[in-house]
Amino acid sequence: MEKWSLMTITVLLALTVRWTVSLGSYSGAGKPPMYGDYEAQRHWQEVTYNLPIRQWYFNTSENNLLYWGLDYPPLTAYHSLLCAYVAKLINPDWIALHTSRGYESQPHKLFMRTTVLVADLLVYIPAVILYCFSLKETSAKKKASIRALCILLYPGLILIDHGHFQYPCSAVTLGFALWAVLYLSYDWYLLGSAAFCLALNYKQMELYHSLPFFCYLLGKCFKRGLKGKGLVLLTKIAGTVVVSFTVCWLPFCTDTEQIMQVLRRLFPIDRGLFEACMFSSPPPHSQLANIWCSLSVLIKIKNIVSPQTQLKLSFAVTFLSLLPTCIKLTVQPSLRAFKFALVSCALSFFLFSFQVHEKSILLVAVPVCLIINEIPFMATWFLLVSTFSSMLPLLLKDGLLLAYAVTTLAFLSVCVAAFSIFEKTSAEDLQLKPFSLSLKGHVSRFKSFPKIVRSLFLLSVTLMGGLSVMSAAVHPPPRLPDLLPVCVSVTSCLHFVLFLVYFNVVILWDSKNSRSQKKIS
Amino acid sequence: ARGGAMAAGARRWFRALALGVSFLKCLLIPAYYSTDFEVHRNWLAITHNLPLSQWYYEATSEWTLDYPPFFAWFECALSHVAKYFDPKMLVIENLNYTSRATVFFQRFSVIFTDILFIYAVHECCRCVNGKRATKDILEKPAFILAVLLLWNFGLLIVDHIHFQYNGFLFGLMLLSAARLCQKRYLEGALLFAILLHFKHIYVYVAPAYGIYLLRSYCFTANNADGSLKWRSFSLLHVTLLGLIVCLVSALSLGPFIVLGQLPQVISRLFPFRRGLCHAYWAPNFWALYNAMDKALTIFGLKCNFLDPTKIPKASMTGGLVQEFQHTVLPSVTPLATLICTFIAILPSVFCLWFKPQGPRGFLQCLVLCALSSFMFGWHVHEKAILLAILPLSLLSVQRAKDAGIYLILTTTGHFSLFPLLFTPPELPIKILLMLLFTVYSFSSLKSLFRRERPLLNWLETIYLIQLVPLEIFCEIIFPLTPWKQHFPFVPLLLTSVYCALGVTYAWLKLYVSVLTERSTVRQKAE
Repeated sequence: MEKWSLMTITVLLALTVRWTVSLGSYSGAGKPPMYGDYEAQRHWQEVTYNLPIRQWYFNTSENNLLYWGLDYPPLTAYHSLLCAYVAKLINPDWIALHTSRGYESQPHKLFMRTTVLVADLLVYIPAVILYCFSLKETSAKKKASIRALCILLYPGLILIDHGHFQYPCSAVTLGFALWAVLYLSYDWYLLGSAAFCLALNYKQMELYHSLPFFCYLLGKCFKRGLKGKGLVLLTKIAGTVVVSFTVCWLPFCTDTEQIMQVLRRLFPIDRGLFEACMFSSPPPHSQLANIWCSLSVLIKIKNIVSPQTQLKLSFAVTFLSLLPTCIKLTVQPSLRAFKFALVSCALSFFLFSFQVHEKSILLVAVPVCLIINEIPFMATWFLLVSTFSSMLPLLLKDGLLLAYAVTTLAFLSVCVAAFSIFEKTSAEDLQLKPFSLSLKGHVSRFKSFPKIVRSLFLLSVTLMGGLSVMSAAVHPPPRLPDLLPVCVSVTSCLHFVLFLVYFNVVILWDSKNSRSQKKIS
Repeated sequence: ARGGAMAAGARRWFRALALGVSFLKCLLIPAYYSTDFEVHRNWLAITHNLPLSQWYYEATSEWTLDYPPFFAWFECALSHVAKYFDPKMLVIENLNYTSRATVFFQRFSVIFTDILFIYAVHECCRCVNGKRATKDILEKPAFILAVLLLWNFGLLIVDHIHFQYNGFLFGLMLLSAARLCQKRYLEGALLFAILLHFKHIYVYVAPAYGIYLLRSYCFTANNADGSLKWRSFSLLHVTLLGLIVCLVSALSLGPFIVLGQLPQVISRLFPFRRGLCHAYWAPNFWALYNAMDKALTIFGLKCNFLDPTKIPKASMTGGLVQEFQHTVLPSVTPLATLICTFIAILPSVFCLWFKPQGPRGFLQCLVLCALSSFMFGWHVHEKAILLAILPLSLLSVQRAKDAGIYLILTTTGHFSLFPLLFTPPELPIKILLMLLFTVYSFSSLKSLFRRERPLLNWLETIYLIQLVPLEIFCEIIFPLTPWKQHFPFVPLLLTSVYCALGVTYAWLKLYVSVLTERSTVRQKAE
């Protein structure tokens, strides 16, 4: 079969799964007064359509910011406006100012689901397809489609976008980020940085990825010589960034107060850093696989350390965990290292920074999808954990348990069938060869390594499956109502810390050793 | 060792395919379901609560039990699991009852019983042996056949969205066909006899089974030129076959004969009171006949050949009325359709008798029987086209000629199933799944037969491509036009007439190819 028909089948399959998931319920369906993310998206359409741009981010009599106020960058707002125009054509009631609050109906659900699918189809899916074709490989042509199938079937993204309902989060933002990676892999630095700026202007969480982008581009400039070509390139990139930001923010550039207000909405520092997620221990609302949340099970950090120190602490830890990767990337900017750095930086942010949202794990998961080709076993494992960790409580609340179970199992079986992951657990397949070589003097028994890794994987999958079943079926004992959510978050946090260590090891022991090894062989 | 590795690879891929489609079926659980859902819920309730003697008399709901006894027993068995899910669905008076648990149970029962279908497909794939050994597993005939059967679009939407239990019934049919191909005749006959008592629509293909068994099992040898050796008749084999059929029938109908209810059961199974065509015309000969009648009527009115006052009113509202009265052409009686069907089936059966082609001939005859009865049967449902499509898949991966016919028949036949799902949320699903299946079947069969001449000629290609504008017109443009109020039946009419052309063409083409084929047995003998 030709590769294009295989790819078409892959995309059709991905779209079918997306649409079938979207037949289910969404967040906050029929739950007044606040509803959920679905209502937030609808409300933004209402606000952006009916109010002048100057009032979008301001608390006015027409715009109550406490009711799902706009707190994403301008591009999200423009996207909402665009959707609102379409909505107006179909049924003006959907976006009528004030009166449409909490509007729910079958046609409206259909409309909202369609907008997500269209956004996905226009931004994310083409990026994935082109990325899979761009990977240079001598092996069979069908590999690209199979890889694309694995990436497109990643359950986390499907469930959040098409089940839970949210598009600024995933399809579009991550799609733009993917476009940026794609451009960078072709050495089109300017287009890449422009695409990344779009992603950043779609959702501020994309800052998780900004450091690797910055370091990679900087490293490329250094490589060309800081005085000659490198400086020119650096100036060009800086110019592109400034221009794309200006274009995105143009309507808000009328006065500084506007810009400041938008920034305040995006980074609500005055709202109190720690109310959100970081150290808040009453877990029913936000039980997160973040390190701070997990630590708070043992130590009540909130009671020991003052808020100011908490901020400093988290900043310091995040910075320290990022530092090695970034330095390495700046010194040796290679595409491979860049992709790994995207993963490890985002994971560090997720684990250590403050005000983390559970859906932010997607920012780690999508870069992991990019390296699924190189470390299929670990990538599959990570993607499973990521779906399990943050989505489970969310999806239980939304009544998407069936979709969660089915898509996760489907993803696992596709990965097993496509990559035969269980045969790829040796140190070499895990890209740990250089590391193990450097340890050779100290660690003698490395032979049973693949077996150990396999059994660890099975243990972890069993644990996750068991916890999923229990969270769905078992009522926790009345004395410990949060027992299961805490178990879930601690388990996944443990996983994430190990993954962070693993990714850092791979990055730090990478190129030099493997290159020298190749020379020897 | 390499063969072993290949077999292991094939097994892994088959498992992935079966698992994948099962997951897709699970995702379709929240989708729309038709009144058939209530039909089966009602049958669950009837068989659970009432004694055997009242199964075929109970008429609280309008959806009375009209399947043969084995299916009733099947529902009875299901109902004993259902009571653990939601006992309220087993109350006969709870008409149109639904709950989450009910939906889950019913949907899962379909998915679960499909295991039989998956097993049958597995057995069918073993019967198919590719001539050319390709390294690529994706281009092996067995693999392509597995996808074409497991991921069959029609079966997916009829069973898992519209809601019916066709999966395991087709599983029984394919399994019996596979057993016949493997020369395990008695097993095949037993399975088919059981199948007949599950759903009597399969009686359409019974001639193929009967003649094939008679020809290749009851007569144990052929002459050198392939003609029948009358002296090789085996009384033992006939007795065995007869015994099997009688035993199965006794098991199924026996209790009702003892109770003296056989006429009642029969009258429930064959309701000839219904009209010639279903509310939505199945794309068969009668759809063309009706359309012709309508066209002639309009033409006659325009040219004043006809008197407007004499025309029955119902005929102008078209497909919405069950009883369709013809104005120009003669009206059709059940007996007429029966005779037409019989005549249409006859040549294929003769062919099977006089030009035995082994299992392939049997499958061809099976498809022709199914298609012919679909073309001329009384009150045919559009879903009955699956009866021809699924066995034809087996042929399509073996010969380029059949592959071309298969592509025409599946595409038009599946397209004609579109009106089954008319709710907006299911629109993308049906289009996506249809595209998925069509793209796969075209590209895989094309690459399988890439060394031979093209599968479709230009006329057939144009015909198939025009389905796209037709769908766009019916689903998107037409609802926006003012005609929607006055002529709501136009999209259905267009769809069924356009598809009827394709189905008729495929039927004729298959018939011609079977009739003109030379006997291969003779060549082998030489």
